Amino acid sequence: MSWFLSLPLIIPFLTAIAAYLLRHSASGKWVSVAGSALGLVASIALMAIVLDKGVVAAQMGQWAAPFGITLVADLLSAVMVLITAITGFAVAIYAMGDVTEAQERLGYHGLFQVLLAGVTGAFLTGDLFNLYVWFEVMLIASFGLLVLMGGKEQLDGGVKYVALNLISTIFFLTGIGLLYGLTGTLNFADLALKVEEIENQGLLTVVAMMFMVAFGVKAAVFPLFFWLPAAYHTPSFSVSAIFAGLLTKVGVYALIRCFTLVFDHDIAFTHTILLWVACLTMVVGVLGAAAQSDFRKILSFHIISQIGYMILGLALMTPLAIVGAVFYLVHHIIVKANLFLIAGVAKRLTGGTEVYQIGGLYKYAPFLGVLFLVPAFSLAGFPPLSGFWAKYIIVKATLDIEMWFVAFIALAVGLMTIYSMTKIWAEAFWKNHPDGIEPRMEKLSNKWAQLLPIAGLAVLTVFIGMNPEPFVQFAERSAAQLLDPSDYITAVLGDAQ
Amino acid sequence: MEQLLSLLIGVLVAASVYLMLARNLLRFLFGLILLSNAANLTIFVAGRLTPGAPPLIPDGVDAPVSEVANALPQALVLTAIVIGFGLFAFALVLAFRAYQSLGTLHTDEMRVAEPKEQK
Repeated sequence: MSWFLSLPLIIPFLTAIAAYLLRHSASGKWVSVAGSALGLVASIALMAIVLDKGVVAAQMGQWAAPFGITLVADLLSAVMVLITAITGFAVAIYAMGDVTEAQERLGYHGLFQVLLAGVTGAFLTGDLFNLYVWFEVMLIASFGLLVLMGGKEQLDGGVKYVALNLISTIFFLTGIGLLYGLTGTLNFADLALKVEEIENQGLLTVVAMMFMVAFGVKAAVFPLFFWLPAAYHTPSFSVSAIFAGLLTKVGVYALIRCFTLVFDHDIAFTHTILLWVACLTMVVGVLGAAAQSDFRKILSFHIISQIGYMILGLALMTPLAIVGAVFYLVHHIIVKANLFLIAGVAKRLTGGTEVYQIGGLYKYAPFLGVLFLVPAFSLAGFPPLSGFWAKYIIVKATLDIEMWFVAFIALAVGLMTIYSMTKIWAEAFWKNHPDGIEPRMEKLSNKWAQLLPIAGLAVLTVFIGMNPEPFVQFAERSAAQLLDPSDYITAVLGDAQ
Repeated sequence: MEQLLSLLIGVLVAASVYLMLARNLLRFLFGLILLSNAANLTIFVAGRLTPGAPPLIPDGVDAPVSEVANALPQALVLTAIVIGFGLFAFALVLAFRAYQSLGTLHTDEMRVAEPKEQK
C-alpha cells in the first residue's frame, strides 16, 4: 500500500503539465478542476488508509531509511494533505470565475497545481532536506502566482515577499547543514533517535533556534511576519485565498513536526520562547488588523493573530494543547481561504476592497452576507461554529496548567477579532454604498463558480462546529502520535530499531 | 582547513549582512547570493573535510576499504546551489521588472503596496 503515498504528489504534477500544455485553450481550467478532484479522492483514500493502519511510510527508489528519501503519513500529515486537497479543489473551481484569460495564457493553472504539489510534498516528506526542496517548489510556484500579470502593487509586494522568504530559506539550509554535522542524518525518525545521543546539547539548541527562525518566517509569527501583510492583498483573489489558507500553515506544520519529534530536548528553553512568540503574535496581529481598512489587509493581519493560537498550542506541549493546535490548524485553513474568496466576490460586486468606500451588500446580496457571517463568526470563535471549539480547547489547555494571563490574552484577542469582523460587516455589508451602486448578485459573471466553493467551505465550517466530537477525537489521536513518536519511528525505520 | 573555511564563511556572512542592510534592492540581492554561498559552505564543512580520499570503491568489493570522503554533503550542496541559482535568477528578473515599473530600487521609496497613511 505504500506506493499510495506518492499519488497525492504525482496527480498535481501531472495536472500541472496538462494544464500548462492546454494554457491557450478553454479546457485548461477544467483540467485543473478535474486534477484537483482526483487529488481530493487520492487524499481521502490516503486518510482512510492511515486511519485504518496507523502511520504509513514509503521509501522512494527502494533506498532503505535513513539513507533514501522517505515519504511518511501519520494522522497529522494525512489530515493536512486532505485539507490541502479540499482547499485546492474549492479554489480551482473559484478560479473559473476569477482568473482572467490573460493569466491563464501565462500558465496560471499549471503554477497553481505545482503549488499544491509543493504543499502536499512538505506535509508528506519524512526527510529534512527533502522538506527544504518541497519548500522551494512551493516558493517558486507562489512567486510566479504572486506577480503573474502584476501591476505596480503586485511587484512591490512581490519584492518583499521574495526577499524575506529567501532569507528564511537560507536559515533553513544552514540549520540543515549544522544538524547533519551534529547527527549525520537528516531523516526525521532517525534524527529523533540520534539527537538524544549528542553530547553537545547546547549546540543542538542553537540549531533548533535556526529552525525556529526559518519556520517562523514561513509561518509569519511575531516579529518575522512583515512579508505577509505586504503581499497578501495584492494578487488575484483565488491566489490570495490559497496563500492565506495554506502557505503559512506549512510553516506551522513544520514547527509542530520539528519541535515535537526532533527538538524536544530542552522544552523549558525552546517552548518558553514559542510561548512568548505565540502571545505577541496574537496581540500584534489583531491590533494590526484593527488599524486596517482594506478587506484583504484586515484578513491578512488576522492570519497572523490566528497563527499565534496554533503556536500557543505547540508551546504549551500538553496533550490537550496539541489537540487544540491540530484542530485549530484544520479549522483555520477552511475559514481563512473562504474569507478571501468572499472578499473577491465583494470586490466584483461593489468595485473595491477598501471597506469605507463600498457597501450595500446586505441589502442587495443578503445570501453573501450569510456566507460571510459563517466564516467571520467562526474566526472570532462564536458557538456553534468550528472556531469556537478550536479556541475552547486552546483556552482550556492554558487554564488547566493555570496560565491565567495567557488565557486572558487568548480570550481578549478573540474579542478584538469580533471588532474587526464587525467593522467589515458594518462598512461593507450594512451601510449603503457611498456611490449609490446596487451590488446585486446577478451582476456576477460565472456566479456559481464563485458561490459554490464559498458555500461548500461554509457548510464544512458549520458541519465541524455542529459535530465536533469525531474531529476532536481525531485530533486527540493525532496529538497522541505527535507526543509519543514511537509509531512514527517504527513505521519509517522498521522494527530493527 | 576547517578553521580557514570557518573564517571564510564568517567573512562572507559579514559582507552579505553589510550588503543586505543597504537600502538598494540590487545590493540586497548581492548580499543574498553571498549568504546562500556561505550556507552552502557551512553544509560542506559540517559534513567533515577528508582531503585526498575520493569515495571510490575498488573492483570486487562492496564497500570502500579505507576512510573516504562523505559524498552526501556534496550532493546536498549541489542541490542547494541549483535551487538557489534558480531562485536568484527569478529574484533578479523581479528586481528588474520592479525597477521598470516603479522607477526605483530604493527600498524606502517602494511603498506602493503599503502606502504611508495620509493625514
